[in-house]
Amino acid sequence: MSATDTATNGKGLFVGRAMRRKEDPRLITGKASYTEDIVVPGMVHAVLVRSPEAHARITSIDTSAVMERPGVLAVYTGQDVDLESGLPMAWVPPGIEVNTPEHWPLAKAVVKHVGDPVAVVIADTREIAMDAVEDVIVEYDPLPAVTDIEKALEDGADLVHEDFGTNKSHEWSLGGGDLEAGFAEADVILERRVVNHRTSGAPIEPRGVLADYRAGSLTIWSTTQVPHFLRLFLSLILGVSEERIRAIAPEVGGGFGAKLQIYGEEVLCAWLSRKLERPVKWTETRSEHMAASHHGRDQIAYVKVGAKRDGTLTAYHTRILADMGAYLMLLTPTIPSLGAFVMNGCYKTPAVQTDITGVFTNKMPTDAIRGAGRPEATHQIEVVLDQLAAELEMDPLELRRRNFIAADAFPCETALGIVYDSGNYQGTLDKLLEHVDVESVRREAEDLRSRGIHRGIGFSTYTEICGLAPSRVTGPSGFGLQTGLWESAMVRVHITGAVTVFTGTSPHGQGHETGFAQIVADRLGCDPAQVEVIHGDTGTGPQGLGTYGSRSLSVGGEAVSRAAGKVADKIRQIIAHQLEAAPEDIEVADGKFSVKGSPDKGLTLAEASGEAHIPENLPDGMEPGLEETSFYDPENFVFPFGAHCCVVDVDAETGKVDIVRYIAVDDCGPAVNPMLIDGQVHGGVVHGIGQALFERIHYDEDGQLVTGTFVDYALPSAADVPNIETDRTETPSPTNSLGVKGIGEAGTIASSAAVTNAVIDALRPLGVTYMDMPLSPMRIWEAIGEASGPAAGGGAQ
Amino acid sequence: MADPVQVSVSVNGERHEADVEPRTLLVYFLRETLGLTGTHVGCDTSNCGACTVHLDGVAVKSCTVLAAQADGAEIRTIEGMSHNGALHPLQEAFWSEHGLQCGYCTPGMIMASADLLERNPDPSEHEVREALAGNLCRCTGYHNIVKAVMAAAKDGQSAGVQA
Repeated sequence: MSATDTATNGKGLFVGRAMRRKEDPRLITGKASYTEDIVVPGMVHAVLVRSPEAHARITSIDTSAVMERPGVLAVYTGQDVDLESGLPMAWVPPGIEVNTPEHWPLAKAVVKHVGDPVAVVIADTREIAMDAVEDVIVEYDPLPAVTDIEKALEDGADLVHEDFGTNKSHEWSLGGGDLEAGFAEADVILERRVVNHRTSGAPIEPRGVLADYRAGSLTIWSTTQVPHFLRLFLSLILGVSEERIRAIAPEVGGGFGAKLQIYGEEVLCAWLSRKLERPVKWTETRSEHMAASHHGRDQIAYVKVGAKRDGTLTAYHTRILADMGAYLMLLTPTIPSLGAFVMNGCYKTPAVQTDITGVFTNKMPTDAIRGAGRPEATHQIEVVLDQLAAELEMDPLELRRRNFIAADAFPCETALGIVYDSGNYQGTLDKLLEHVDVESVRREAEDLRSRGIHRGIGFSTYTEICGLAPSRVTGPSGFGLQTGLWESAMVRVHITGAVTVFTGTSPHGQGHETGFAQIVADRLGCDPAQVEVIHGDTGTGPQGLGTYGSRSLSVGGEAVSRAAGKVADKIRQIIAHQLEAAPEDIEVADGKFSVKGSPDKGLTLAEASGEAHIPENLPDGMEPGLEETSFYDPENFVFPFGAHCCVVDVDAETGKVDIVRYIAVDDCGPAVNPMLIDGQVHGGVVHGIGQALFERIHYDEDGQLVTGTFVDYALPSAADVPNIETDRTETPSPTNSLGVKGIGEAGTIASSAAVTNAVIDALRPLGVTYMDMPLSPMRIWEAIGEASGPAAGGGAQ
Repeated sequence: MADPVQVSVSVNGERHEADVEPRTLLVYFLRETLGLTGTHVGCDTSNCGACTVHLDGVAVKSCTVLAAQADGAEIRTIEGMSHNGALHPLQEAFWSEHGLQCGYCTPGMIMASADLLERNPDPSEHEVREALAGNLCRCTGYHNIVKAVMAAAKDGQSAGVQA
């Protein structure tokens, strides 16, 4: 690797370095191969007919004209598609029954949301299929659309699924401590209704599938974060034995949770390929992504917090209504529960309870989007704390400090019975305040106010739960997932000393090839340039579980480290045997395994591998070869944390928000590659800024999708956001040997609250004391107009 | 289906002729007729810029240009940015500054940035951000993309050549 390296920090020769990525040469030259780039001889193209109705009975589908078009191979409706089972919902919150509706790749009788597929046309080219779709005549008998989750729970409400007799999918609670006593003890009780609106994952690469079933075996390329789950569910749904399916996630252009799913199109293309005996490709349009790739968030939380006059938190209760959408997809009902686990936040609050009600609506289902339940939890906690600070007339940071779990209290069991592995919340906040002078921001705010600019500052101090997952917690007898959530790795040293690593994680931009190579290079005394990391292919390496929930380094990286450690142990035994030393006296230094104190006595990795592959002088009973596998199941989750600050200017005339500064101090344990960490934080923070200021999936009251393209759904551009200032502290996790936590979701989890608190802070002098996201110019302008404060208005009265 | 039209273009210095359907967009002509899959499609409304290429030296969104409109033009794509294994300064800078993660928007970002530096070899950070406002990235938060473009501009300046 021709690395632009910075100095090591003493963690290892390569671990700890900001090495530039092994992935990039193919990506910056246009040579990478994404799903849509793959062509298989004989390939045909599928295009879906989707419902324009939010809720309707299909009265007829006329496909007669379609087959008359030259180049059309077939057209199928929901009645034609014979599968062993419908689309999966795999994760139920523990101890409850969930109303789970049937969900098929093509709707069979009733459509439940705009974009619900009703038919598929297969043709020689995509263009012919797109034209032919226009000839599919579907007649609908509209039914009432359910779009408001509060109204959906009222008596006599129209129903999304008549069979259940209710729009509730489930109710689930997680609590700990004496809530009643906590509120009784409080001097102040504050209540807020916090809306966390619906968003889209919106990776820039749309979803796509290419399925090739031939001679009894299926190969499927998919833009997925979870190729192994895809193989498993395709096996169950299609009735094809698992070993006859190879699922490949090639280059994947971002996921953000939107590709953590088993989608109907994946199943359908596989089914079509088997039926037609042709490779079948389908590629999502962006409009289809907005309508029919799962959404995220969409909760209303009724929060009640109790505190003493000095700011000591005594109780926190939140009742969450969570919009499930029309169906339950892979993890839909569990997403709000993930937030419930960290509803204590960074705080000692002795009594905490979350009561969740899942509600069906005639919208696209929600599921995991970057953070998955934890952004919603952190947003409500951190925004409500600022509200409480105002109520107590207290500095919001002082309120946080007073309630932080102390650095010496870890591992710390919270009121919810969750054991936070490690933390130093005061430490990240102190570090943050080295970068921002709150008093000077306040002085600037005074100066700017006369010019109609309202400057505000907001904070968010968060912890999150990631490193999915200890199987004993999440498995069938725990949280109800019908799988373990360990991760695998296989390290293969070739005879030349080159190394291939197989990981069960499935990256889509994170940089695993680089980070994992750094870990292996340190263990094996080689150059990361000679370490190739293979991922996202069920046809290579051991069973894996994919990439989501900020798990890849803390679970997958630990597995890689352990497998490499086993290889290193074998090398030590070989060398000890040959040099008549003790294995424990063999150390890795300067690219060589050598005897402690005698650096010239030893073997390089290539030499050792030669000895292992040409077995003339191995210890008695040792098998030849140099290849080891590890399956690592963590004992606990990991809990990254941090402190973020946002400074905004709000123009009272227009309601426009400019982010003046954004500073993020995060702690994800010791850095393997600090450059990759910064990159994750930058992107994560802007994802949260996007939700706070710009992005919203909006359905009107008839269930029509208003934000169906990138014209209407405002993804932030480079011109909308500032540079993101980053810094770190490093508090090791005791959970894994690397001490690492996750960082992929942290920025998103922290940032929407920091931005919201900053905007509210800016608007307080105008009498605005609370706002929900998205903080769009129109809504801010309206809020200023409606505010009754003495200084309200400016030009906006 | 309408009668095909003949398109003759020079792409990355190589001449290509093909008969295509009149409605064929330039991006699909590049990707499917010529097999140059480095140019990507990320939306259907010309918002995301993943398909940005140079048409007669100017950055265009190739999803918004018909192949027939490009007849006779000189086109440059991401595949034509490096020469004999030597990366373009912007490619080097995106690599060094970690200006990409999933890489899907990257070809378009590099092509749009090259167009900017051609017109304005010494842009301010604000000018870079404005120039890239038509190219969307979900991974990087733009921070390192902006840094990469500024670094490439600085390298171009110190080398006395335009990037």
